[in-house]
Amino acid sequence: MTNGLPDPRIPAGPIADAWRRTREGLPLISPLRKGQMDVLVVGTGLAGASAAATLAQQGYRVTALSFHDSPRRAHSVAAQGGINAARSVAVDGDSVSRLFADTLKGGDFRAREVGCQRLAEISSGIIDQCVAQGVPFAREYGGSLATRSFGGALVSRTFYARGQTGQQLLYGAYQALMRQVELGRVHLLTRRDVLEVITVDGVARGVVARHLLSGELEVHTARSVLLCSGGYSNVYFLSTNALKSNTSAIWRAHRKGALFANPCFTQIHPTCIPSGDVFQSKLTLMSESLRNDGRVWLPKNPGETRQPDAIPEAERDYFLERLYPTYGNMTPRDVASRRARELCNAGRGVGPGGRSVYLDLTDAIKAEGKGAIAARYGNLMTMYERISGDDPYKKPMRIYPAPHYTMGGLWVDYHLMSSIPGLFVLGEANYSEHGANRLGASALMQGLADGYFIAPSTVTAWLAGTPAQDVPTDHPACREALESTRRRISQLLNSDGSTPVDSFHRQLGSVMIDRCGISRHADDLREGLEQVKALEQRFEAEVRVPGEASGPNAELEKALRVKDFFGLAQLMLRDALAREESCGAHFREEHQSDEGEARRDDVNFAHIAAWEHRADGEPIRHSEPLQFTALQPSTRSYK
Amino acid sequence: MKLTLRIWRQSSADQPGDYQSHRLENVSPDLSLLEALDQLNEQLISSGERPVSFEHDCREGICGSCGFLVNGQAHGPRAATSVCQLYLREFSDGEVLTLDPWRAKAFPPIQDLMVDRSAFDRLIAAGGYCSTGTGQAPDGNAMPVGREQATSAFSTATCIGCGACVASCRNASASLFVAAKLAHLGQLPQGQPERARRADAMQRQMEAEGFGSCSSNLECEAVCPQEISADWISWMHRERRS
Repeated sequence: MTNGLPDPRIPAGPIADAWRRTREGLPLISPLRKGQMDVLVVGTGLAGASAAATLAQQGYRVTALSFHDSPRRAHSVAAQGGINAARSVAVDGDSVSRLFADTLKGGDFRAREVGCQRLAEISSGIIDQCVAQGVPFAREYGGSLATRSFGGALVSRTFYARGQTGQQLLYGAYQALMRQVELGRVHLLTRRDVLEVITVDGVARGVVARHLLSGELEVHTARSVLLCSGGYSNVYFLSTNALKSNTSAIWRAHRKGALFANPCFTQIHPTCIPSGDVFQSKLTLMSESLRNDGRVWLPKNPGETRQPDAIPEAERDYFLERLYPTYGNMTPRDVASRRARELCNAGRGVGPGGRSVYLDLTDAIKAEGKGAIAARYGNLMTMYERISGDDPYKKPMRIYPAPHYTMGGLWVDYHLMSSIPGLFVLGEANYSEHGANRLGASALMQGLADGYFIAPSTVTAWLAGTPAQDVPTDHPACREALESTRRRISQLLNSDGSTPVDSFHRQLGSVMIDRCGISRHADDLREGLEQVKALEQRFEAEVRVPGEASGPNAELEKALRVKDFFGLAQLMLRDALAREESCGAHFREEHQSDEGEARRDDVNFAHIAAWEHRADGEPIRHSEPLQFTALQPSTRSYK
Repeated sequence: MKLTLRIWRQSSADQPGDYQSHRLENVSPDLSLLEALDQLNEQLISSGERPVSFEHDCREGICGSCGFLVNGQAHGPRAATSVCQLYLREFSDGEVLTLDPWRAKAFPPIQDLMVDRSAFDRLIAAGGYCSTGTGQAPDGNAMPVGREQATSAFSTATCIGCGACVASCRNASASLFVAAKLAHLGQLPQGQPERARRADAMQRQMEAEGFGSCSSNLECEAVCPQEISADWISWMHRERRS
């Protein structure tokens, strides 16, 4: 370790060819030996299913754990808009170097450039892989792959399957996984909640999982563990994430020694259906791709009461087009979210409580006809109508920002290995490549790049260089992990209170969105930290978790998750407080230009913050400096 | 508004089940039916009763987790809607809603409104894929796919695996589920090499899982949240004969 961090294993030399050079230098393992090695994959979304299928195809004995009844339910299924890939086929001049530059710039220069470059290089191969699996991407009439454009980019490089791209990519990976299950190469364990990571001599060697139907705790051991368990925006209670999305697997790993990087970087998505009732359980995303054809506006007059179609053009403020003439409605997510919030706070918002802005497709419908718009976004329009009760073909949609994607996650080196040797972290669960703000349509790309292409090489390299005995499931480290999990469960079940878990989760979410949401201020963050600590104490004393440890118990599942969210929330607040700059999704009100734009501090904060857990006392903040050789940090401007 | 939820309660597969009625006062018509169940569960927990088990996750109609019968209809009265997207504004004040789990031999009960749909995974494992390995893919543009062909394949690929088609069929047949997957892959050039084998294997598996044969009453199409056409079932039957 240097500087409190393990070696990030950044390849030397020019970045353009760094991944090929690295890969060619990695050791290999004979197929026969692979057949004697177990690998555990936690989570079967895009990253997990693709990794499990590929590792199995290579010959490893793979055990894949999913907390769903089927891998097809993983939250990757909900991604709508598309997947980026640099394929210089169109005339708009896209290239690997442009996708690299957009990714690094989109992340506000808070990601490793060598990782962004690798992602851009791999991207094209991902599309080919998915096509071969039968993913029905949109096509041009002539039969070639169609693309569309997305926020933060001036080229059309997003491949898509109507508004269900994540679904189709996930089904591709799921089908590849099920094929390996049938071939007997993957042991698929569904309805398992991973509640602890087992380390032996400091190396990750297994997990403790709870069977969600029997309640039984199980120990699974292996040569290597891959965490592909997704993001944690459910810490905000209301978010675009599925309700079961949680932080448990990575949070338990963090407590076992894995560094947690940039926890405060949460992307707030600008185009969600706004909230209403207190019992509303989630916020539904409307794909950002709608901004290709939709114009965002608000009435110029605060307190406007007329219906949108009664407001003449002259009294409308197309604020993104006005403020950002080059990118207009396609400004990146953080910028669009912040502007919407400011205007709503200033009393210009529409809808209940003035908490939304219009996303208006009227011009596009007039120009191209309802049929063309329906073909492009049909399912989104239906979804909006179902939830809001309004017809989006007749009336502008109302949207508001909502917590969406977490760029933070477990720290990983260039090989996607965490600071616990043998523990790999893939997809949204890791910190990598997206920096302080993810480009639209890049999440699917990263999940699949990690799962299909990167981890299979780097996990092999780790296993080749690490002689290890199998760990028996009654090893003292396994027994200890099992015992501590059992203790956590019985503490929750024995709590004497009368308040349901959701009530605490809702309160936690409200603190987090107010204090650590679209914009942050030191005083709010400090206050938020105190509020979360107090709330956690109340949770322990007052929560009621009905039922038993055995059998299905959805409330116990929730309680375990929310308990972990309390720890994570405190780390997010600390991280936001320590980062005295504004960058990407992290906007500190104290650090802004006279025009209200984010002011980054490259002298003091051009680094990844990586937090170390301490059993007794405050966590320690380490930093990994970022080097920029191919593209120098510049002020992000979308004007 | 006020609602009465008459819910099938069954603590486990080996215990008998029965209906239990629960009243909800003051629910907002802007809530989804699942959010109303959340509200009910908070009441039950506070009063020391066992909350109602039901499957759910994304709550935006795409993960396929949720699904039960509302007044005898899979996913409730609204066409092209999964139950998480069913809002209380669809019902009138004071209405009684009867909620039942999917009932099919191939979907064993778990608890209350939850059933085990892992048979669908085994159907996919039997052949619902293209046998391609990672890293062996040709250029995605090397094999052109016409827009209409791609769109048609896509329209069958959107099946979310919720099981409503099975639940609404009087023979509890999985024909629409299997036909959708066969049509998705069978319409694309990538799916051609294994087309016959896939059709055969998936249909054999369907029988082995205890799903019935197609009842031809088209209820599956009527309740499918993704509006997948039952015409694909006849297409599937031709596939096996060819």
